[in-house]
Amino acid sequence: MDVAAILPLLDSTLRLATPLLLACLAGLFSERSGIFDIGLEGKMLISAFFSAATAAITGSVWLGLMAGVAGALAFSLIHGLASITFRGNQLISGVAINFLASGLTVLIAQDWFSSGGRTPALAGPARFSAIDLPFADALRDVPVLGPIYHDLVSGHTILVYVALLAVPVTWYVLFRTRYGLRLRAVGENPAAVDTAGISVTGLRYSAVLICGLLTGLAGAYLATGLNAGFGREMTAGRGYIALAALIFAKWRPWYALMATLLFGLLEAVAIRYQTVDLLGVTIPGPFMQALPYILTVVILAGFVGRAIPPRAGGAPYVKER
Amino acid sequence: MSSMQRLLGAAAVTAMSAAVASAEPAIIFDLGGKFDKSFNEAAYTGAERWAEETGGSYREIELTSEAQREQALRRMAESGANPVVTAGFAYQSVMDQVSPEYPDTDFVVIDTVVDQPNVRSYIFSEHEGSYLVGMLAAMASESGTVGFVGGMDVPLIRKFACGYVQGVKAVNPDATVIQNMTGTTPAAWNDQTRGAELTRSQASQGADVVFHAAGGTGIGVLQAAADEGILGIGVDSNQNYLHPGSVLTSMVKRVDNAVYDAFVDGTDGDDQFETGLMVLGLEEEGVGYAVDEHNQDLITDEMRASVEQARQQIISGEIEVHDYSTDDNCSTS
Repeated sequence: MDVAAILPLLDSTLRLATPLLLACLAGLFSERSGIFDIGLEGKMLISAFFSAATAAITGSVWLGLMAGVAGALAFSLIHGLASITFRGNQLISGVAINFLASGLTVLIAQDWFSSGGRTPALAGPARFSAIDLPFADALRDVPVLGPIYHDLVSGHTILVYVALLAVPVTWYVLFRTRYGLRLRAVGENPAAVDTAGISVTGLRYSAVLICGLLTGLAGAYLATGLNAGFGREMTAGRGYIALAALIFAKWRPWYALMATLLFGLLEAVAIRYQTVDLLGVTIPGPFMQALPYILTVVILAGFVGRAIPPRAGGAPYVKER
Repeated sequence: MSSMQRLLGAAAVTAMSAAVASAEPAIIFDLGGKFDKSFNEAAYTGAERWAEETGGSYREIELTSEAQREQALRRMAESGANPVVTAGFAYQSVMDQVSPEYPDTDFVVIDTVVDQPNVRSYIFSEHEGSYLVGMLAAMASESGTVGFVGGMDVPLIRKFACGYVQGVKAVNPDATVIQNMTGTTPAAWNDQTRGAELTRSQASQGADVVFHAAGGTGIGVLQAAADEGILGIGVDSNQNYLHPGSVLTSMVKRVDNAVYDAFVDGTDGDDQFETGLMVLGLEEEGVGYAVDEHNQDLITDEMRASVEQARQQIISGEIEVHDYSTDDNCSTS
């Protein structure tokens, strides 16, 4: 492996990590407020569909993005309604959302476009195109930093930069604002928050809606940035990987960035190096593809130390009467 | 009570009408879906052509999971449909097991061979078609590096890859062929993201023509090829129209003809349904490369002439394209 091969690998890592990162941060907001969200996958999927469908019909990717986010927000509200207002089981509600999204997207796509659960291929302004950052071409010939800036940092779609920017913003909101303090508190000890006269329900709904916004961006990125159109089950388990990354990151934003980049790197390596010769031993392709999952188990089993979820996570809050 | 009787009566009528319409043919589409713009869609086109020409109707099921495979086949056989066509190599073991239980039904498998008295097996000489598009790829390539993206890693797809490599090497013995498979599970037929990433990775390694044999995954391959400014090659159906100017050609596999022929033979009422193995190669026009208004500017007359010559030579036996499936080995790659 030489330097020329590393840059495209890292470039691919960044592309593949972006939907994971957005979904991971989405889960972070939700779970920090005490609402477990297994439905990240379903929300990404519904957003992927509505963004691609709207972009295909209107020809505008921005309208598509809005529609995608609206779809994910609607599903978030369903989750909120079930688990906050009606105090249902959060895991079951999440699973239901995944199934609903999986079936609904294909059904509507079939009805609208009659092409086997797909949307038509998007082109031109109906997709997010790569943005060349300023001076990317001018700096290209600068040794070392030039190619890194030109190939790796520049030339992604806007949602990649939004995702990266979302990390410090999340950190700031959670750890430096009053809202963040309350949000974290409501995930640890909702009774205390309630005693202080702050609405537990309101806080949790706000967290669930932020989660919807971020999964909406993730889904739209998949369908209109990374690919050009929606395909059946196109999220392919990324919502679950994001959940694993969230635990791996111990519910912290910067760690979430690292964890999702690691998963992105593993996926990129598995795609690029299908068989790897290591010290004379050929590692078969299927092992490379299983590596992210094996690593998840290994890392969670020992290397991260104890990953302690928010204490009130998963439990609906019942106000004392 | 009376409503119950009516219900039973209605059920009996439905059952009778099903028996009357027993000559209806049926088709089972594989995972990837009827509109995968590739293999299954070709099968669908054939079925539709039959329906249009004869005015008949046919039954269909789209598989959505591996678990439905056997159930779907039994349901079609029990509903009295005849013949029952299954699209896809994955039906081999199920067909081998189920077909003896319905000796009066004619079955058809495509892309695999099932040795039962009531099964007709269609296989295509994909290696020959792939050889021709391999030649075109090598002639269109400026970098001397071309790529191949397969779907699920199975012998059938290796057969495509092997023929392709031989075609490339026939034109340019020094050419490099980068080969990747999308995965090892059926999900590999429908993973656009992965297909696109594989294509970008091959492009970054210098490939400027990428051939896919990956079903729905290939949509991502062709898209990424168009985005990267390189050429893609479609498969099964004619996919030239997907990205005009960026799809060099398509290795068409006339699955539609196989389905159409099976429907015609199976419903003509003479009780004679020829079973056994049928091979559709270059000579039978079962495989080939597509030239239409979307790619005619990409294929020069010289390219066409040399491919046509190779086509004749393969048909006459002068060129022998090695078939991976005969010995599970591809010595040229």
